Amino acid sequence: MIEAKPRQRVTITLNGRKVVGDAEPRMLLSDFLRQVIGATGTHVGCEHGVCGCCTVIIDGVAGRSCLTFAVQADGSDIETVESLADNGAMNELQEAFHRHHALQCGFCTPGILMSFTDFLRRNPQPSRQEVTEVLGGHLCRCTGYVKIVDAVMDVAARHQPQQDVGGV
Amino acid sequence: MKPRSFDYHRPRSVEEVLALLAKYGDDARILAGGQSLVPMMNFRLLEPQALIDIRHIPELGHVHVERDYVEVGAAVTQNRLLAWHDLGERLPLLAATLPWVGHFQTRNRGTVCGSIAHADPSSELPLSLAMLGGEVVLRSVRGERVLPASEFQTGMLSTARESDELLTAVRFPTHAGAKVAFREVARRHGDFAIVGLGALRAPDGDIILGIAGVAGAPLVEKMGPGDLMDRIGDIATEIEAQDDIHASAAMRRDIVRRLSPLVIAEVQA
Repeated sequence: MIEAKPRQRVTITLNGRKVVGDAEPRMLLSDFLRQVIGATGTHVGCEHGVCGCCTVIIDGVAGRSCLTFAVQADGSDIETVESLADNGAMNELQEAFHRHHALQCGFCTPGILMSFTDFLRRNPQPSRQEVTEVLGGHLCRCTGYVKIVDAVMDVAARHQPQQDVGGV
Repeated sequence: MKPRSFDYHRPRSVEEVLALLAKYGDDARILAGGQSLVPMMNFRLLEPQALIDIRHIPELGHVHVERDYVEVGAAVTQNRLLAWHDLGERLPLLAATLPWVGHFQTRNRGTVCGSIAHADPSSELPLSLAMLGGEVVLRSVRGERVLPASEFQTGMLSTARESDELLTAVRFPTHAGAKVAFREVARRHGDFAIVGLGALRAPDGDIILGIAGVAGAPLVEKMGPGDLMDRIGDIATEIEAQDDIHASAAMRRDIVRRLSPLVIAEVQA
């Protein structure tokens, strides 16, 4: 007979707020976020780490929530796509995606937004090649990827460091 | 795509890990980044009774420079090592191979030691360790031992690790000033290598060729004097290879035959 293991209390800081839920050890963080907490912005695709839909930021770095158990995330800081918009107003990255048609069905989009939220924090002036490599960790069936790269490069361009033009 | 039930442990020290391994043996698995382990569990290819989470253990989080090698602890992620300021200078082969390991997102969680302990034949880190003649440090309640890569890497997904041992660190020999090259054939950059080829030329001039993705474990060959193309031809013919859904054995041999001269030329330049 197969028995479920007792559920454990899992406490995470989700988008800056403490949230608590119960999870069996085998529950994936992706399922915990969606089903226990109700944060359904994080999507589930392949459940083996290759499609990138489930990507969230865990303790400051983008990672696959389908390859993380909720119990592993106990005590961690998690950022999901719900953290990006400010009271319904899209943030700069989301705006750029909108402007450049970097999404159609939107299923893969939350994961991509979180990957680039992490990446642009570390490398605010990436090359197109660097953006393409990070995007390589995501699968998109709709857009053909080019417009996603365009959107990210657009955001980077808006943050060019100021060139000092004057003399002494 | 959901894993089977297991018990989850989060010990706070290496001692506690070893005690758990002594208790569970083969029924437990170490959980570091989980980027190789958890997909297998989600597919139910692996159903461990217990997972031992080592991600937060302070003793395992180090990158230490010793006289002849750099020691990397079991909790160090691949991206952390990739961002290490001394990587290009002291370990140029790793600077060349690490960007090919998985994707940005998996390197944020996946560990250097985890990839080596997992021993997938197409993986870049086991190949790098083998090419450099590096070592692994294994600890159990019975003590500690250090094994050279060639003794540790025994075959496809298998190593000489005993079921009660923790791989606590790996040691990469420093090779500042060596010329290095690495090329990989894969369907998408970051996917499993169909064939991975590395070349290393130490300042003393010997060229080492490393091949991943063909045989069950990384193959390392010293390319001494003599006709290079003949030698490559022999290696491509003799290496043990199998068909799988990504490529036939014949295709893999052909890639070895055609790409080896190119990686070797890169280090001869």
